[in-house]
Amino acid sequence: MDIIEELQNRFGPDGITPQATRDAIPTLWIAPDLVPGVLGYLKGQAERPYRMLYDLTAIDERVRVHRDGQPAGDFTLVYHLLSFERNEDLRLKVALGEDRLAAKSVISLWPSANWYEREAWDMFGIAFEGHPRLSRILMPPHWQGHPLRKDHPARATDMEPFTLSEEKEELEEQALRFRPEEWGIAKSVDGKEVLFLNLGPQHPGTHGPFRIVVELDGEEIVDAFLDIGFHHRGAEKMGERQSWHTYIPYTDRVDYLGGIMNNFAYLLAVEQLAGIEVPDRGKLIRIMMAELFRISNHLVWYGTFVMDVGAMSPVFFTFNDRERLFAIVKAVCGARMHPNWFRIGGVAEDLPRGWEGLVRDFLAYLPRRLKEYDRMVLKNRLFKARTQGIGAITLEEAVEWGVTGPNLRACDFEWDFRKKRPYGGYDQLEFDVPTAERGDCYARALVRVEEIRQSLRIIGQCLDHMPDGPYKSRHPLATPPLKGRTMHDIETLIDHFLGVSWGPVVPAGECFHAIEATKGSNGYYLISDGGVIPYRVRIRTPSFAHVQMLPLMSRGFMIPDLMAIIGSIDFVMGDVDR
Amino acid sequence: MNESINIPWLVGSLVAAIAFVALNASMLVWLERKVAGHIQRRIGPKEVGPFGLFQSFADGLKLMSKQLIVPECSDRILFKVAPLLVMVPAIMSFVVIPFSENLVARNINIGLLVIFAFASVNVLGLLLGGWGSANKYAVISGARAVSQNVAYEIPMLVTVVTMIMVTQTMNLNEIVLQQPDIFHWYIFRLNASPLMPVAFLIFFVCSMAETNRAPFDLGEAESELVAGFHTEYAGMGFGLFFLGEYANVFIGCSLATILFLGGWQSPFGVFPGVWWFLLKVYTLIFVVMWARWTFPRTTLYGLLNLSWKILIPISLFNLVLTGVMLKVF
Repeated sequence: MDIIEELQNRFGPDGITPQATRDAIPTLWIAPDLVPGVLGYLKGQAERPYRMLYDLTAIDERVRVHRDGQPAGDFTLVYHLLSFERNEDLRLKVALGEDRLAAKSVISLWPSANWYEREAWDMFGIAFEGHPRLSRILMPPHWQGHPLRKDHPARATDMEPFTLSEEKEELEEQALRFRPEEWGIAKSVDGKEVLFLNLGPQHPGTHGPFRIVVELDGEEIVDAFLDIGFHHRGAEKMGERQSWHTYIPYTDRVDYLGGIMNNFAYLLAVEQLAGIEVPDRGKLIRIMMAELFRISNHLVWYGTFVMDVGAMSPVFFTFNDRERLFAIVKAVCGARMHPNWFRIGGVAEDLPRGWEGLVRDFLAYLPRRLKEYDRMVLKNRLFKARTQGIGAITLEEAVEWGVTGPNLRACDFEWDFRKKRPYGGYDQLEFDVPTAERGDCYARALVRVEEIRQSLRIIGQCLDHMPDGPYKSRHPLATPPLKGRTMHDIETLIDHFLGVSWGPVVPAGECFHAIEATKGSNGYYLISDGGVIPYRVRIRTPSFAHVQMLPLMSRGFMIPDLMAIIGSIDFVMGDVDR
Repeated sequence: MNESINIPWLVGSLVAAIAFVALNASMLVWLERKVAGHIQRRIGPKEVGPFGLFQSFADGLKLMSKQLIVPECSDRILFKVAPLLVMVPAIMSFVVIPFSENLVARNINIGLLVIFAFASVNVLGLLLGGWGSANKYAVISGARAVSQNVAYEIPMLVTVVTMIMVTQTMNLNEIVLQQPDIFHWYIFRLNASPLMPVAFLIFFVCSMAETNRAPFDLGEAESELVAGFHTEYAGMGFGLFFLGEYANVFIGCSLATILFLGGWQSPFGVFPGVWWFLLKVYTLIFVVMWARWTFPRTTLYGLLNLSWKILIPISLFNLVLTGVMLKVF
């Protein structure tokens, strides 16, 4: 019995309506009053339960044209659940009217819903009843309006000219003040003033602009309060005014250390929506470049993590290695960190002559270095003392909080989207999924270092088995189309003209695709209204969920441990704030 | 040496000490940057002067031309006094250090005691600097520095007491004179105590911890506390802390040299002199730098455990053992 029937039998067929989407994810419309019951059932009682709240977001439906068969409503709340036992997702939608934009909070079911609900409130103005602190999360507290609503301007030219008066400046200053009472905590306990230590938004240990305020007892962390949004660039809003093609460079910068990896997630979703099959050579080029970027990301993480625990030298070694890696990326793409290299239907250009030599040299070079780093870092007793047993989470906690990627695998759970749901050609490649036990900082380090080796293995296979053939699909929506035949037949010329001048027209529909990105599972939930620009782009990033766990991980530890924890979970603020 | 105070010699020596501290610090900064550079597969400074030798002077000029900003909420007096409390005792310690048999400002009988008396003022400077800044990072750092210094002063002093028992003098020059060649260096005098090399190690580790050098640099742990006690200091305020740190590193290493490695004596018994002293000291300083650019930082608990559970018991045991050996043999 599939999950749809199961739910309809249990909760009655009236409140639960299936919807067809381009992806294979079962999508159900649920009556608002059924939501807590259905979610509770799916998480707790259902056979092979949906234990992870993978994503929670909303859609402004007010100007959408193609909504055939969907219940009426101005806004839609979307719950995206993940079941590890089934290896299946489930999408639950709730239609909300503009007159009553409210839903029940699900924090009691999933603690990770906290930030997702705040984000939905911030971006769409949907209130969540029972939320302990429903306040803005990505936008500053004094922001007017809800940015992802369709009537909110996307460009500065749509708004009043910007001026910074003294009152406004004062307001901005005040907005940054930390007020314990807003978080519901006392300023003093037993007549003693509590020490709040503010780290960030500018602090050498926070890996980008975000702020942690820690409540201290001596140097021990009693609690931590996070303030994010300093890196928010409106990546999702930008999606609603860029064509499907011109949005690709924006994705590069979401997880800015992952570069190409972001292109991958976005384009897999677009291609699924448009029905494009990438040719084999294109697939393998993509995988090779993506794995290079995984290594690049992990090298940066390796160096900075060790620097966070106080060893100053490894960061120079790993950055040095990354430069060698960037030599390959430069030769192939012409750019370094944000190559903007994948295209709808393939990649931008074929591999340059001599690429094999570059890749082969790197494959021979890096393993030696990794061995040296093992001796220098992973086997170092001081390093072990700083990371073992620090910031440990259990597998249950990890699943509750939406943890994916290496951080999940460090809890001794073998879950890799490349293996479990092979995408883009990964089913053709051999590699292992490293895991570690204990879920502490050291385990997370072990997993990532082993992942570098596995990525090298994958790249080696790409090198040995790179097929001949086109690097881009001949599908009319592939953008820009292969140039070769444009001057020979009129159809290709028209496709080329339309694709380049307008941008490709992607058929109306909805699609989600997740990949195993550098830091965890990155997914794009795209909605097309049959136009040249997406109707809604939702970017599900791993770091958002991971950073939310920081207070849980750091309670009871000391300030140096907090730095080790921050370093070990590997996030960048671009990936958190988008 | 004659006991009446030779004023011109003393003043000259003090000026020389200050000049040496400044010059030495700038060279050490250059050396540190070069060492760090080569350990990290970089070149290090190379633009200013030959091999970048004048880089530190350029930095010093820059620091001196900067305004000393006193934060609004700080305790102005403490804030300004703190760097001096670090700097002045460090310079005073140079007065009794024998660079060679005759190159010593005041060869007094309690030289060792003088150095430790001045060295213990240093921590006061860190604490007051942290407290006076009225900055939470600085306060936490000051507290760390104090607990660290107290914890490491004990094994260090116990080791020094052991050494005084063996040498029977606190006059640094006499201690050096007792070690004419490598076989008489105290580090190898196993007949005095079989634990002598261990004592040297304890002393060296403690002096690294006392000077807040990595891997014991909890006080200025930059990934946690930004810059620790000198977070709020600009210009030469910071510069004095910096100079003081290098002066203290030099003093720590020269004490280790004097007590264990024969000071200005040659290892072969010929050509004793200042060059041997400097060679030994700078070798030790190189080790200090090497450790800094190699190891991660310890945690506060790890640091205190090392002191209270390992160094103090061993040094106390060594004290008793040495006493017994002195009595028996």
